[in-house]
Amino acid sequence: MATLPEKVITQNWGNPDSHTFASYSKAGGYTALKKALAMTPAQVTDEVKRSNLRGRGGAGFPTGLKWSFVPKDNPKPKYLAVNADESEPGTFKDRCILERDPHMMLEGIAIAAYALDVHTAYIYIRGEFKHPAERVNAALREAYAQGVFGKSVLGSGYPLEVYVVRGAGAYICGEETALLESLEGKKGWPRLKPPFPAVVGLFGSPTVVNNVETLAAVPHIINKGAEWFAKLGTEKSGGTRLVCLSGSVNRPGVFEISLHTTVKELIFDDAFGQGMPKGRSVKAVIPGGSSAPVLGADEIDVALEFEALKAKQNMAGSGGVIVMDDSTCMVRCLWRVVRFYAEESCGQCTPCREGAPWLTRVLRKIEEGRGEPADLDVMLNVANAIAPFPPMGLGTTICALGDSIALPTHSFLARFRDEFEAHITQHRCPFGEKPWGHYGEGRPS
Amino acid sequence: MASLFFSPEEQTRFDRDLLEILSHYPSDRKSAAMLPALRLLQTLKGWLPPDGMKLVAQRLEVSPERAYEVATFYVMFHTAKPGRYTIDVCTALSCSLWGAEKLLAHLETRLGVKSGNRTEKFFLRETECLASCGTAPCLQINEDHHESLTLKQVDELIATLA
Repeated sequence: MATLPEKVITQNWGNPDSHTFASYSKAGGYTALKKALAMTPAQVTDEVKRSNLRGRGGAGFPTGLKWSFVPKDNPKPKYLAVNADESEPGTFKDRCILERDPHMMLEGIAIAAYALDVHTAYIYIRGEFKHPAERVNAALREAYAQGVFGKSVLGSGYPLEVYVVRGAGAYICGEETALLESLEGKKGWPRLKPPFPAVVGLFGSPTVVNNVETLAAVPHIINKGAEWFAKLGTEKSGGTRLVCLSGSVNRPGVFEISLHTTVKELIFDDAFGQGMPKGRSVKAVIPGGSSAPVLGADEIDVALEFEALKAKQNMAGSGGVIVMDDSTCMVRCLWRVVRFYAEESCGQCTPCREGAPWLTRVLRKIEEGRGEPADLDVMLNVANAIAPFPPMGLGTTICALGDSIALPTHSFLARFRDEFEAHITQHRCPFGEKPWGHYGEGRPS
Repeated sequence: MASLFFSPEEQTRFDRDLLEILSHYPSDRKSAAMLPALRLLQTLKGWLPPDGMKLVAQRLEVSPERAYEVATFYVMFHTAKPGRYTIDVCTALSCSLWGAEKLLAHLETRLGVKSGNRTEKFFLRETECLASCGTAPCLQINEDHHESLTLKQVDELIATLA
């Protein structure tokens, strides 16, 4: 049995009406904000820095360091943009935070704003999140009524306005600069970096973009101290983290895990996934949202932590762990992944805009038994034109969406080439009418 | 500013809500309100008629092309009448591993419309991952989320749509 961490982000989820102000304050909510307001902004940032908190949106960038990039001497107003545009396939943790404990995020927003000299924050919630957005709006109204936000945060004299902005259906707006474009009322085309948002962000002003889970961790760091938070994690990464388990596994769901927990433990431990469906074994696992390279069954003894996965040329990403069993067709899976990014490519950079649909067509062709031997080289060539791999980070496009097409393509081909070849030589999908594995026929009525 | 486009009630709500939305942004950044303003228009009209987009553009002090550019970029904005019910089926990897393709095929048969097409009543389409992967398969009907679906439950849902 894996060691269960002290619950941090999910500690209130079992409480009745955990989404309400009353429930949150009964559980000790908003005491961290009081404590932070008695500190200097620099002390708050320093505490977050020393906690080793890393961004939970996908990139895993150290949060305190990001905050410290905001120039102190810039006379422009500064902004905080909260990234609640959760949409990386396989990821559904922020939805849970927004629905079950929105006040934890709101308290994190207030503390971050105070540390950053921000007086206006925008929470960008994806358009499809109707219910989560209703929860956040209700929590925000409560928080305003209780004096958390407004002209004087908890009577401190520090003014802070927080607004909810809804997206309208575009995966790319989860990319931080596309999110800023969208907040400015434009189509979500990512910006060339540098300059980074901390220097030139929303409306040309210094802006910090933080993920929901990242901000929800902040109150705990202030309350219990940086050392406590850092100690919960590994050497370079503090705290616990939420992971989202889905696909072919007995108990899918969101779990708060220690950063020492491995992919294997997450799938098989009684506290988490409770193993594979009867008679099935692991064939492949995507460890960090569908942008991440796929792992084979012999590679899952790796911790779901930024550095550990990076060392394996992989990524902890957004915490979306997708399990595929031995009766699942890898060509069909890769087709789905690549097709998603083809649909969601914003169209700005040629390699991504043209490459993703091309790969999608070639994969469909192979899956339908019309593939030719040369198709695999075509796929590698197209993927290389978007982003050679390994190592990671060689993408030729403005944002990482290109890499999200190339990494799965490279990694599926490297690990399951024989399966792609079998499709081509047999002129059909070896899995016939059932390419989707154990649960592929859907839930029994 | 009155227009022939809205009914008096719609006009009142549009003016009132737009004023509130604009108060969220710096006064020299009216165009930032484009997404909320288009959402407001769609709430009132069920879609984004060209005259409505022109009106939004005028109020935000940008060209109509700019409003159209934004409207066509985001899939939740309807620049054509969608039918009374827009059904968005998630077919991303996790949902597909739980039968999303079967579910979509079932809906196509039941509703008599191919994915990506619309009838008077339904607009059926595949959509991006809806962040509900642990409770797959899932779909949204006019933005209302339904998850952990069996085909029987889908039939029951469809039966409730007038």
